[in-house]
Amino acid sequence: MTTSTVLAAAGGVSGGEEVTFWILAPLALIGAIGMVAARNAVHSALWLVLTMLCLGVFYVLQAGPFIGMVQIIVYTGAIMMLFLFVLMLVGRDSTDSLIETLRGQRVAAIVLGLGFAGLVGGALYRALEGTTAVGLEQANAEGNMQGIARLLFTKYVFAFELTSALLITAAVGAMVLAHIERRKQDKVDQPSTMKARFAPGNYPGPKPGPGVFATSSSVATPARLPDGRLTERSTPDILPVRELTAQETTLKGTDQ
Amino acid sequence: MTLRLAQDPTLADFGRDPWWLVLGKIVFAFAFGLLATLLGVWFERRVVGYMQVRPGPNQVGPFGLLQTLADGLKMAFKEDILPKAADKVVYFFAPTISVICAVTALSVVPFGPMVSIAGHHTPLQVTDVPVAVLLLLACSSMGVYGIVLGGWASGSTYPLLGGLRSSAQMISYEVAMGLSIVAVFMTAGTMSTSGIVAKQAHGTQLSIGGFDLPAPGWYAILLLPSFIIFFIATVGETNRAPFDLPEAESELVAGFMTEYSSLKFALFMLSEYVAMVTMSAVTTTLFLGGWRAPWPITLWEGANSGWWPMLWFFGKVIALVFVFVWLRGTLPRLRYDQFMRFGWKVLLPINLVWILVLSGLRSIEDWDSRSKLIAVGIPAGVLLIATLFWPNRRPQPKPTTQEQVDNRPYGSFPLPPMDLQVPPSPRITRVVAEREPANIVAGSDSREV
Repeated sequence: MTTSTVLAAAGGVSGGEEVTFWILAPLALIGAIGMVAARNAVHSALWLVLTMLCLGVFYVLQAGPFIGMVQIIVYTGAIMMLFLFVLMLVGRDSTDSLIETLRGQRVAAIVLGLGFAGLVGGALYRALEGTTAVGLEQANAEGNMQGIARLLFTKYVFAFELTSALLITAAVGAMVLAHIERRKQDKVDQPSTMKARFAPGNYPGPKPGPGVFATSSSVATPARLPDGRLTERSTPDILPVRELTAQETTLKGTDQ
Repeated sequence: MTLRLAQDPTLADFGRDPWWLVLGKIVFAFAFGLLATLLGVWFERRVVGYMQVRPGPNQVGPFGLLQTLADGLKMAFKEDILPKAADKVVYFFAPTISVICAVTALSVVPFGPMVSIAGHHTPLQVTDVPVAVLLLLACSSMGVYGIVLGGWASGSTYPLLGGLRSSAQMISYEVAMGLSIVAVFMTAGTMSTSGIVAKQAHGTQLSIGGFDLPAPGWYAILLLPSFIIFFIATVGETNRAPFDLPEAESELVAGFMTEYSSLKFALFMLSEYVAMVTMSAVTTTLFLGGWRAPWPITLWEGANSGWWPMLWFFGKVIALVFVFVWLRGTLPRLRYDQFMRFGWKVLLPINLVWILVLSGLRSIEDWDSRSKLIAVGIPAGVLLIATLFWPNRRPQPKPTTQEQVDNRPYGSFPLPPMDLQVPPSPRITRVVAEREPANIVAGSDSREV
């Protein structure tokens, strides 16, 4: 049993715990406010990282070292990193505009948020006033991790497995939505590309460039084959076919 | 037995030191990190130099030992350039995050057993917690922030690409790393580093057919697949060659630290080398018996007591750092897709299967030998039969060129005859004949001009 377990189990708040709390709690709050107030998305994410780190230390302080470390590794280390990954791909100059689309929305949000926080805080304070925490000693009797492991793999094993099945379903779903299925026979390798190129009926040479034998220098003008016909192969597919006038289609006499 | 118990620190032995001893230990761990960097850079350059048949740094100090110190001093006096497009605060904090995370990990590494310092009986380790190994993982996952933010805050393309690569790389390889630690947790039954070292003290006794075979205690031997995967993952996690894609100079200039200069650049270098040493120390702790002496030395009674174990510990760490350098000197850098495929499609599945096998073996541990034989034999037999009768996927023999030519449909593109002899160009003989006198003249003059 660690020192922190002993301290937390003793019921009262010890000096070290109090000092740590009063240092980290304002930091966590600053992080939360900064996350909302920051205009740059990456700064916002970094403020959130600060809050999450403080929460991790709080868990450790309250005799839950395992969940504290998992909070840091999983939330701060992996999930926030993925957030940052996406934010960085968006680009560093994309900042939020401060123009309110709904008039008075910000003031209303602040007032309502403060009111809600006051209500929840007050309710919790009234409900827990004078209550002493019990049962931590028994829960951590054989060590914090062993206690969590025992609960997870005995009492809550069904809920745990169900949650993991849900998560796996979500992950597989995301992959199915994002993944482009390419069957093996659809993959074209170099020899089969060459075989298709030299198959009978396919002209293996390069496409004629636009305007090679043409009467105009526009890329939209189809090229002229040596026998005088126009070829559609020479113009890009996205360009509209230009109707040529009779004057344009007649030879200009430069080929004689 | 009582002597051994006194030597092995347990979790109860921590948190009893006076403040000056705690401070001393912290300073020691920090100084160890710095000194390891100073010597590590020199060591790496000398060893790589030896492998590439050149001397390496040999001018400053004896054997060039002070070369890194001189470089560090020079770096401190260089101009600190702040790019115009940089995000100033994040740009400033990124290298410090890297260094702090790399150094913090050293705090739970056990350097030795219980020793007596000025009358206090104390373990040679800054601290230990029940979740010490998770703390190491947390440090390495937070260390990524330094690199990623450094890359992003520089405000240019190459650092950003390096940072993005680094974040993807570290998240992928941390999964493989965490899974290989699972095997250690399962075998040791604890997550505290001192506890894991203590569990590797004595091997288990394997009794096969009446013979008692002492199995080795090091997890590197007991859990060999985990050890190999863990070490590969540490190379990926520390951005060392052949996995140094975030700073691949042939593609990204210097990756995330392209825009950094002066002391900030030095901090990134520091964090890289401290991370390398820390990871070696962690590998030693988890898999190589920590500070415990290797076999021939253990014949001596006092090998695992007092201050001696620190020597064995440093020896093992230096050996692992040498492997890091050796890898760098030997292997070419992987391509990014190869690297990711290796992590997700090779290391991860092997790790999962190995953990399954290990937990199966552990759950039948206290059965009687007959049911044990059945429990191991049936899956092994099924596997053997499956491998024997697996459908053969050898490709059909390819048709010869003549057959392919004959099988072409009517109207195919005309081919030149296969046995076409191109007559030699009459010009070739003339050119050679004209050149010959020149060759003779060049050959007669032995001096190089």
